[in-house]
Amino acid sequence: MSPVLEAGNLRVTFGTSVAAVRGVSLTMNRGETHCLVGESGCGKSVTALAIMGLLSRTAHRSADILRFHDYDLTRLSERGMARLRGDRIAMIFQEPMTSLNPAYTVGSQMAEVFQRHRRVSRATALDRAAELLQRVGITAPGLRLKQYPHQLSGGLRQRVMISMALMCEPELLIADEPTTALDVTVQAQILRLLQNLQRELGLSLLLITHDLGIVARMADRVSVMYAGEIVESAPAGALFAAPTHPYTRGLLRCIPVPRQVRRDEPLGSIPGVVPRIAPDFVGCSFRDRCAQAMPDCARHVPRQRATIDHDYLCRLPTDWTRAEAA
Amino acid sequence: MKHAATSLGALIVFAVLLAAVVAPLVAPHDPFVQDLNQRLVPPEWMDGGSAVHPFGTDQLGRDYLSRLLYGARISMMIGIFTVVTSGLIGITLGVFGGYFGGKIDEVVMFIITCRLSIPLILVALTVVALIGSSLLVVILTLGLLLWERFAVVSRTTTMQVRNLDYIAAAQAAGASRRHILLREVLPNILTPLVVVATLEMALAILLEAALSFLGLGVPPPLPSWGLMIAEGKDYMFFSPWVIMIPGIALFVLVLGINLLGDGLRDLLGAARPT
Amino acid sequence: MLRFLLRRAVLALLVCLTVLVISFALTRLSGDLAISIAGPNATEQDIATVRKNYGLDRPLPTQFVDWAVHAAEGDLGRSYLYHAPVAGLIKERMPITLTLGLTGLVIALVVAIPLGVIAAMREGSLLDRAIGLLALFGQAMPSFWLSLVLIIWLGLNLQLLPISGVDTWQGYIMPGIVLAFSAIPALMRLTRAGMIDALSSDYIRTARAKGLSSTKIVLKHALRNAAMPVVSVAAVQLGFMLGGSIVIEAVFALHGVGYLAWESISKNDFPVVQAVVLILAIIYIGLTLLADAMNAVLDPRLRAA
Repeated sequence: MSPVLEAGNLRVTFGTSVAAVRGVSLTMNRGETHCLVGESGCGKSVTALAIMGLLSRTAHRSADILRFHDYDLTRLSERGMARLRGDRIAMIFQEPMTSLNPAYTVGSQMAEVFQRHRRVSRATALDRAAELLQRVGITAPGLRLKQYPHQLSGGLRQRVMISMALMCEPELLIADEPTTALDVTVQAQILRLLQNLQRELGLSLLLITHDLGIVARMADRVSVMYAGEIVESAPAGALFAAPTHPYTRGLLRCIPVPRQVRRDEPLGSIPGVVPRIAPDFVGCSFRDRCAQAMPDCARHVPRQRATIDHDYLCRLPTDWTRAEAA
Repeated sequence: MKHAATSLGALIVFAVLLAAVVAPLVAPHDPFVQDLNQRLVPPEWMDGGSAVHPFGTDQLGRDYLSRLLYGARISMMIGIFTVVTSGLIGITLGVFGGYFGGKIDEVVMFIITCRLSIPLILVALTVVALIGSSLLVVILTLGLLLWERFAVVSRTTTMQVRNLDYIAAAQAAGASRRHILLREVLPNILTPLVVVATLEMALAILLEAALSFLGLGVPPPLPSWGLMIAEGKDYMFFSPWVIMIPGIALFVLVLGINLLGDGLRDLLGAARPT
Repeated sequence: MLRFLLRRAVLALLVCLTVLVISFALTRLSGDLAISIAGPNATEQDIATVRKNYGLDRPLPTQFVDWAVHAAEGDLGRSYLYHAPVAGLIKERMPITLTLGLTGLVIALVVAIPLGVIAAMREGSLLDRAIGLLALFGQAMPSFWLSLVLIIWLGLNLQLLPISGVDTWQGYIMPGIVLAFSAIPALMRLTRAGMIDALSSDYIRTARAKGLSSTKIVLKHALRNAAMPVVSVAAVQLGFMLGGSIVIEAVFALHGVGYLAWESISKNDFPVVQAVVLILAIIYIGLTLLADAMNAVLDPRLRAA
């Protein structure tokens, strides 16, 4: 089966001084949930926007491969891309409070997508909208359709965003921190909803998050991003069982796990901050924060395979962790 | 390019200011002396012009270049003194409203609203007509009318400054209110007010010209540019320079002030007051 | 919302009262009105007669209360010059001034909004700077001078438009253009700022993610939100334009309210002057209230609050 989305060596630069995405490669299969995880500023949102073709005018995108089914996105015109967006690729954003237009009703904004891509009447589009609102668990959809965004709570708005993204039954859904701005209880509801919808509709879900708890719960496959690169990518189970890149290990140490964290022991943290990377940067970008750094890390870093579907970007051998544990 | 525009603005303003100061030294003729044999002589570069009157003469045979140079004095005086007057009124009101807030602020807002609802030109014309037209009356009238933008901007900026730490520190140190307002608040709100001052200066110069044009500004025979346009109006079809020369002078000066104000806004990083 | 509107209405009423006092006080600035009215060649006797006939011999508070009470009833006094009720004179001429103001506003909006939108979409480009410079040019143009230049150029040289009067609708075009010039810079800058704000907002990113066409994104989603402040400022600008049309009516010999006021000021016809000041102020106050109401209609967040 051919992949839904395939990106190879995707790069995004802003001007000549900032490289936000540096050679990201990832493949998404049908029905798969792929989590892109990393600290803020690591380039995960820019990666999503680059796939969607929604970068600002100041950004420059290039890629060896960027395919969605049979579409070569690197060659697709803006008009052609607009035809895919909202129809076969949809996206939901972090800020449900500001992502809906305050001047139009929920119904009008939902119907708009359907009318645009399916050329149907407004009444048909509104029916479809009501059906989807019900599907994401909103009661009294008829009332909600007539309301304005400011009349809804954050959780409701995010449900509206999700149902709006699903209006045309997309094959690929990109969700950029969809629950970050929400209360913890609402977070859980939204995640469960995404999980159910994904299973029922056979969606491919590219879920961007900084929350490893969400990753553990949702992901089939995980890619860890650092300073614009994917430093480690593996099936979720493998990654949690055998994290290999020092950064991934650092991240995992930061989550408190019940019964494993002792009271007197401080929570883990990685000293330092994510550096800003210029396009001509060479070597490992994590080396300044890495306990295992050695002089060679300033030179080219190889991408190594731990197993057939687990790779990482580091000079250390796959079994170094055993040495550390010893 | 942005800097070029600002420099151009500064250059224009400086040139007009210089012309105003040295007018008596460089003007080729007395701007008030009429020569009825030399009426409506075209400028030097047109047919029938001569080097004696580089910008030609008006309908009474007065040298146009000399009148233009003396006119610069009137425009600059109007611009500067109106801004000083209106600035004093507006900043005082704005700082009081912004600093004390509450009822005082409501009163200040009310005064601003009343000022805005009064038709500006109409009231200015009436005042000048009743008191009698002179340069001083025009300056005071415009000064008493053009303060509202100073008030609005100083009020908002004072509100922002009021809550900052150093004001609290000064209060805690037992500084007097007078000291806080003059030494702590005022210096910190000056930047946006400089930009307002340029806008108001440009507006005052335009309004003076309009009042003089309507015959209720600076009295003749003073060579106000607006008055020159009014006097030349009847001859403009056959001698268009009589309105073009003072009109372009007025346009260029006001443009220069606005370019300078725009540049200062960018340089000083202040938000454009609307 | 209702409380807010009520508060605004009370405030508006207070402003009206203040303007009533100001416009009355304004015409008493010279000291003795009777001397001005009687004219420079009048004898003591004449002045005394005028004082008596116009009721100027009464104490000022009495005169004010008399005027205020009549004004509240719609009686604005009698013109010394026309020997007719002031209210009638103003009513007769208001249509010309209103038509002129609306023409100016429409021209201003038609020019300013597209320019502002284009400048915002090409923010920082050469085109954006050129449009910004154009606004500065407009701001620096003395309106009476521009009128004369247009009269020479469009009226005399090209003979496209009538140079004075409003016998036909073409008569409104030139004065309308001049009047529009004063409002264009502010409206354009506001549109540009609003559009830049809107275009960088999250909901525009959503609209793009929905695959909408760029026309629809700019015109439906961005402009709708950017238009809210523009609408309220446009209403206020109309108020300023009605007040400022005095200069333009004088140049183009349009016999509107502005022309009437100018004539009355020059000829010491003070009942007309104070009435015009009052009426224009009331119209301005009305327009600001209208702006609030229109904003409430346009912005659903205000409507419900």
